[in-house]
Amino acid sequence: MKNVIVIGGGVAGMESSAQLADMGYQVTLVEKESKLGGHVDQWDFLFPNHRPAREIIDSLKQRLNYKVEVKLGTEVESMQRNNGQYAVKLNSTEVLHADALLLASGFDLFPAQKKEEYGYGIYNHVITAADLEEIFRSGNLRKVVSGNTHRIGIVHCVGSRDEKVGNEYCSKVCCVTGVKQAIRLREALPEYEVFNFYMDLRMFGRYFEDLYREAQEKWGVQFVRGRVSEASEDVKGNVVVKVEDTLAGRPMKISLDLLILLTGFIPSKGTSRLGDLLQLEFGSDRFLKPADEHLLRNHSKLEGVFLAGACTGPRSIAETITDARAAVLEIAAFFRDKVTVHE
Amino acid sequence: MKLEGKKRIWSEYQKEIADDHYYYARSCIRQNFFPASETIFLRIMQQELGKDIKDDARHTTCTGIAYHSDLVPFDTTMTVVARLFSLMTEAGYENYAPSCITSFGLYSEILETWEHHPEIEARVREHLWKSTRREFKKPKNLAHASDIVYKFRHRIAEKGKYRLVNHKTGEPLKVVEHIGCHYSRMFPHKGVGGAEYPYVLVGMIEAWGGEVVDYPERRHCCGFGFRQYLVKSNRGYSISSSRKKFESMEPFKPDMIITNCPGCPYFLDRWQYAISEMEGKTYGENGNGIPVLTYEETAGLVMGYDPWDLGFQMHQVSVEPLLDKIGVPYDPYAKYLGVNGKFIGTPEHPEVLKVY
Amino acid sequence: MNKFGYTISRDNQIDYDKVDRSMAAFIEKNEPTFRICIQCGSCAASCSAANFTRFSFRKLCLLIRRGLTDDVQKEVSKCMLCGKCRLVCPRGVNTRNIILNVHQALHKTTVYEL
Repeated sequence: MKNVIVIGGGVAGMESSAQLADMGYQVTLVEKESKLGGHVDQWDFLFPNHRPAREIIDSLKQRLNYKVEVKLGTEVESMQRNNGQYAVKLNSTEVLHADALLLASGFDLFPAQKKEEYGYGIYNHVITAADLEEIFRSGNLRKVVSGNTHRIGIVHCVGSRDEKVGNEYCSKVCCVTGVKQAIRLREALPEYEVFNFYMDLRMFGRYFEDLYREAQEKWGVQFVRGRVSEASEDVKGNVVVKVEDTLAGRPMKISLDLLILLTGFIPSKGTSRLGDLLQLEFGSDRFLKPADEHLLRNHSKLEGVFLAGACTGPRSIAETITDARAAVLEIAAFFRDKVTVHE
Repeated sequence: MKLEGKKRIWSEYQKEIADDHYYYARSCIRQNFFPASETIFLRIMQQELGKDIKDDARHTTCTGIAYHSDLVPFDTTMTVVARLFSLMTEAGYENYAPSCITSFGLYSEILETWEHHPEIEARVREHLWKSTRREFKKPKNLAHASDIVYKFRHRIAEKGKYRLVNHKTGEPLKVVEHIGCHYSRMFPHKGVGGAEYPYVLVGMIEAWGGEVVDYPERRHCCGFGFRQYLVKSNRGYSISSSRKKFESMEPFKPDMIITNCPGCPYFLDRWQYAISEMEGKTYGENGNGIPVLTYEETAGLVMGYDPWDLGFQMHQVSVEPLLDKIGVPYDPYAKYLGVNGKFIGTPEHPEVLKVY
Repeated sequence: MNKFGYTISRDNQIDYDKVDRSMAAFIEKNEPTFRICIQCGSCAASCSAANFTRFSFRKLCLLIRRGLTDDVQKEVSKCMLCGKCRLVCPRGVNTRNIILNVHQALHKTTVYEL
């Protein structure tokens, strides 16, 4: 029986592992953390339908049961190709052999403290979107707002579309996340005004535009087109931000109880490391480069090494699941036809 | 405010500052604005710290003011700076220590230009040779005089007589620090602490016992902006910038402002008078202004030098309330006696701003 | 005061902590579609008045929303209520009713009801 090692236990890794196992392959899923779920496990509710993130993770986990061997707290140390097989050495010193490798090593969130001018880690009321999800889950939202200004700001494109931090690409899902979080904040704190500071609103997905309209129409969320240039703290501890209201053509200053930074995607440390170990190619955005951007999106340039999920660039959950399934089909075709990478 | 976050950033922006043997380049305007500052710096360096620092009468402007006012082209500026470097080389020094922030920024800009465009450096060397028959070596170390005081801030604190502490209450004084725009905005890694949270003055304030005030308009320019002040009709723009800063720092009730640039202390000091006359508004306690000191004056104050030797009589905003807070004794009758003991006259009293 | 040959400049920055949002609240209450403008500018592009004056319905709505109402009286009088903006608006904003509500809000302001 053919066997596959899937590296990374987030949505892409879990979905592809379950599908491969369903198709009768022997699958080992290697995850460096002590639990499965990746970033989505940290999330509270999802766009565009406010569904609990928990449901996705639980459902994916259930499908892995008994069919996939899961190795948690495990990292890949080296990978060697011998006689059409990959020998994968783990940090447990164990060596596994596989007929194909699937890299599902995903992304990291952009470290917000790199945008020094926003004062993450310095000003008390500057948090990231991921921090806010954790606050939503803990139910402590009221404890983190002071009630001084009754205003909350959400900054788009933190670490994305920004040459200053070396990330010129769009992280794709932050816009709709900002709109989703704005609605959640208005629901939880009806007496608060919520502002989204954006450069462009990229409502690319199905129902995203509806969500944007709902944010305006039902929840009165304010949208200010302009990139926040700096944050600071006033004498009461409120966050003061400077932004240009580009549609009014005037700079603007506003004090807030809370400033939320929508940090973008960067390739995860694991993605960069696995790419280096296998000497794979990277795109200009430093994510892994598929063998062909249109036709072979799940192939690496190496025979038997496949790619799934956000290791090849920012993706939503739905797109990641589709991508994981596409990778599974490519692996099945590879086993069936022994077809190497198409030129 | 979480100090750890700032400490993390500060640790990423540390620069090399030479330990001794400096070639000092004075500022064009500071000797008029705050005339004791450079003298105090040399006194502390030479007499208190035993450092070798060359004060050279032959050096000229770096052309910074004219360059930033679009009066002198970059090639001329680079050639003048090349001559200054040749004076340093001739005097046997490798560590260049400018007193002026604009000069420091300009030297950084020129050295960076030469780094990336050796052909420009070659052209400037040729210009200098043709016009003066001079040659030069580039400085091994370029540190602003405030970088050097920062480096020795703890030794100054150890040797010093006073601390930036209210001697009656024991509370640290609240100090606003203002960094010259050209210190690290162009090259964040050339400034101690970087561009967003510069540490150079914060380090001094901490070492000398004060508490730093971080207020919303901390990063805003003082408003000098060269052209903006030099052309009279533009001065409203300049004073409005300073005013924006005062309005923003006022709720924090700062006891003093420390700066490291030639223009900033001048404008932050003088504009407080102009605003008081134009709007009837003052920003200190009881109709006083907020005293504005250079870092050298502050170092001299910590060392326990006589306030009138520090040139405080030349400040528009009276420094006496600050001296009283720290517990520095002074002779009010000696305020307007010159270095030779001769009476130099007293200025007119403003209508609103309290002076002593 | 011009004592020295120059004056202190008026701050061009919108200080959201100091603006008056009562007109925006009034219009929003009476014409809820005021909220859903996406600032696309098709109203201003098709506006009869905008062809001959600096009037922009888009900007008028935005400035009211930001609480900057000093020039509203002067601006709103330029609208000829032709209704072309309502025809082109992709979000179905009831532009004419917004104009009428701006007039009402201005009236209420003069009689201290707003």
